[in-house]
Amino acid sequence: MLLEIKDLYVAIDGKNILKGLNLKIDKGEVHAIMGPNGSGKSTLAKVLAGHPSYEVVKGEVLYEGRDLLELDPDERAREGVFMAFQYPVEVPGVSNAQFLRLAYNEKMKHSGGEELDPLEFDDLLKEKAKIVDMDPAFFKRSVNEGFSGGEKKRNEILQMAVLDPKLALLDETDSGLDIDALRIVAEGVNQLKSEENAIVLVTHYQRLLNYIVPDFVHVLAAGRIVKEGGKELAIELEEKGYDWVRTAAQ
Amino acid sequence: MSTKAGMQTAFSSEFEKSISGSDQPDWVKEIRREAFADFVDKGFPTVRDEEWKYTNVAAIAKADWKTVAGEEAERAAASIDLSREIFSEIDGSNRIVFVDGVFCESISAMPEGITAVHFKEAYGEAAFRENFAKIVDPRKNGFTALNTAFAGEGIFLRAEKNRKTEDAINLVFIGLSESAGFPRVLYVGETGSEAELVEHYLRAEETAYLSNAVVEVRLADQARLVHTRVQRESNSAFHIVTSQTELGRGAVYDNTNIHLGGKLSRHDLGMGFSAEGAEGWIDGLYLVDEDQHTDTHSRIDHRIPNCVSHQTYKGILDGKSRAVFNGKVFVHEKARGTDAYQQNKNLLLSNDARVDTKPQLEIFNDDVKCAHGATVGQLEEEELFYLLSRGLNEDLARNLLTYGFAEEVINKIKVPSIKKALDEAVLNRLHARLDA
Repeated sequence: MLLEIKDLYVAIDGKNILKGLNLKIDKGEVHAIMGPNGSGKSTLAKVLAGHPSYEVVKGEVLYEGRDLLELDPDERAREGVFMAFQYPVEVPGVSNAQFLRLAYNEKMKHSGGEELDPLEFDDLLKEKAKIVDMDPAFFKRSVNEGFSGGEKKRNEILQMAVLDPKLALLDETDSGLDIDALRIVAEGVNQLKSEENAIVLVTHYQRLLNYIVPDFVHVLAAGRIVKEGGKELAIELEEKGYDWVRTAAQ
Repeated sequence: MSTKAGMQTAFSSEFEKSISGSDQPDWVKEIRREAFADFVDKGFPTVRDEEWKYTNVAAIAKADWKTVAGEEAERAAASIDLSREIFSEIDGSNRIVFVDGVFCESISAMPEGITAVHFKEAYGEAAFRENFAKIVDPRKNGFTALNTAFAGEGIFLRAEKNRKTEDAINLVFIGLSESAGFPRVLYVGETGSEAELVEHYLRAEETAYLSNAVVEVRLADQARLVHTRVQRESNSAFHIVTSQTELGRGAVYDNTNIHLGGKLSRHDLGMGFSAEGAEGWIDGLYLVDEDQHTDTHSRIDHRIPNCVSHQTYKGILDGKSRAVFNGKVFVHEKARGTDAYQQNKNLLLSNDARVDTKPQLEIFNDDVKCAHGATVGQLEEEELFYLLSRGLNEDLARNLLTYGFAEEVINKIKVPSIKKALDEAVLNRLHARLDA
């Protein structure tokens, strides 16, 4: 099992967000976490990535059999956890290429792989950029600075392509994207999907799932998973709205 | 009062020695005498002076400064190894070198495509007479008065009409012995001229010297100047520089000031417009540590309609260092259509560091576009988490963000040797390597 979440309770600023969440994810799977606003789906992604604002009150998260919550965010990343941010952060003065090479080499150092010098890395980056149809002119620009919403999301998927995670958490990656950008991002994710990794799509809308087809759909409401099913559940949700699951859960 | 009397005696004999042996024309000597009298009257500024409230120069006032004579400087210059790392930022075909405030021809290589002469060869030039000691007011403060009193060692630069100077002109000020130096620069860019000027303030030794410079710049109509100042003085040195630039119609001035060195550094800079349609950038970065003190006082005067000024100053402070930023932008009554932007952002890496920032915008015309602001803070937690979430360890992530903060200013500098030297200096200062 790649990831196993047992009875997880999470709070932010003393307010409980997740209240007894259970989830199992294995390699080769695509999971969709859906739910209304405030249900705790972004909290789940952030707590798995190790965001310092979230406090785990109770419960357990096992990643490849190890206690994930014991690890610092950077250790998690080097172990293969990746979160694509809903709102990617701008890092002025640091070029995309510089940043990504540092991240890549840190991971290689950790895994005993080969570190790359700027020229070698540039080749890798050019190759990976094709996955999200990104212009190499973006490599020299400061990380996310002045990028449009769609460019930022593509840049997140480019980072995912370079870092090759085992567990990719895509937090509302579809938000703010027009249909063309959505297609590019989704096709990128589909190319990165493999038997060696798992992808977790955190999303409010079913739209993204037309392009990235999930094996499992989990519906969150009030901090717990209230309904689970296959891809057809997402379609049913789209038709009936979230009130339906909320009522069904009671 | 005792301080003043002390200074008078300390500098009087040096001044007399300097002016009596000088073969300058009388009109120059007269300006120098007046300036010295003014210095004797004023003395060095004290913290009671509003403009010097946070910067105490008592250590400069108390010291018994000597000045270095021409032959002495030339002899000393021979001992300087210009191939050393610290000088690697000086690249290109030319270098105009001052040692302890004295121009040293023997280790200089004069630039081509521009008039670049020692003051003594410039006194006859109309452009010199019209501008010398007229752009920076000698009476501004004790330092400008003292510099003017000792004005002998200077370089006059004149870019000819419509002429573009290809290579950046390097002015190199090297601090070597425990002495006071008073270098001066006068740059006149004629109509339509274009040039790039770099001032390098570097140390040959970690000595406690005083570098008190005055830089005057006048740009005629449509003239362009890229002006970079890199200050990497000895960490025991006192660095005081006063600069002022006046822009003609449609002139473009792009100025970047980097302050890394000095025990105490103070930069007074000004920009003024003499005709419409001119645009100026005055940007800077100060990066200090331990017990360093750095102070930037700037003044941008919009007296003429339709001119543009941009100012971004960033500071990074570690250790017990201290920074002062005081930025005045005056938009006078007649200056309609002014576009003025000013920002000062500071990053504190230590709890013991301190910054006093005062952006000051005064507007006396309604038809203008103006913005200003100042921030003092630590690294953004969300930025830090973003980097951590990509696998960078915390030290590396913090250093990368700090480096990025500095790079926003350093990236303006296009001369590769300077950019490289500054990248390295910033990383050294952060005790960091970004190459994992």
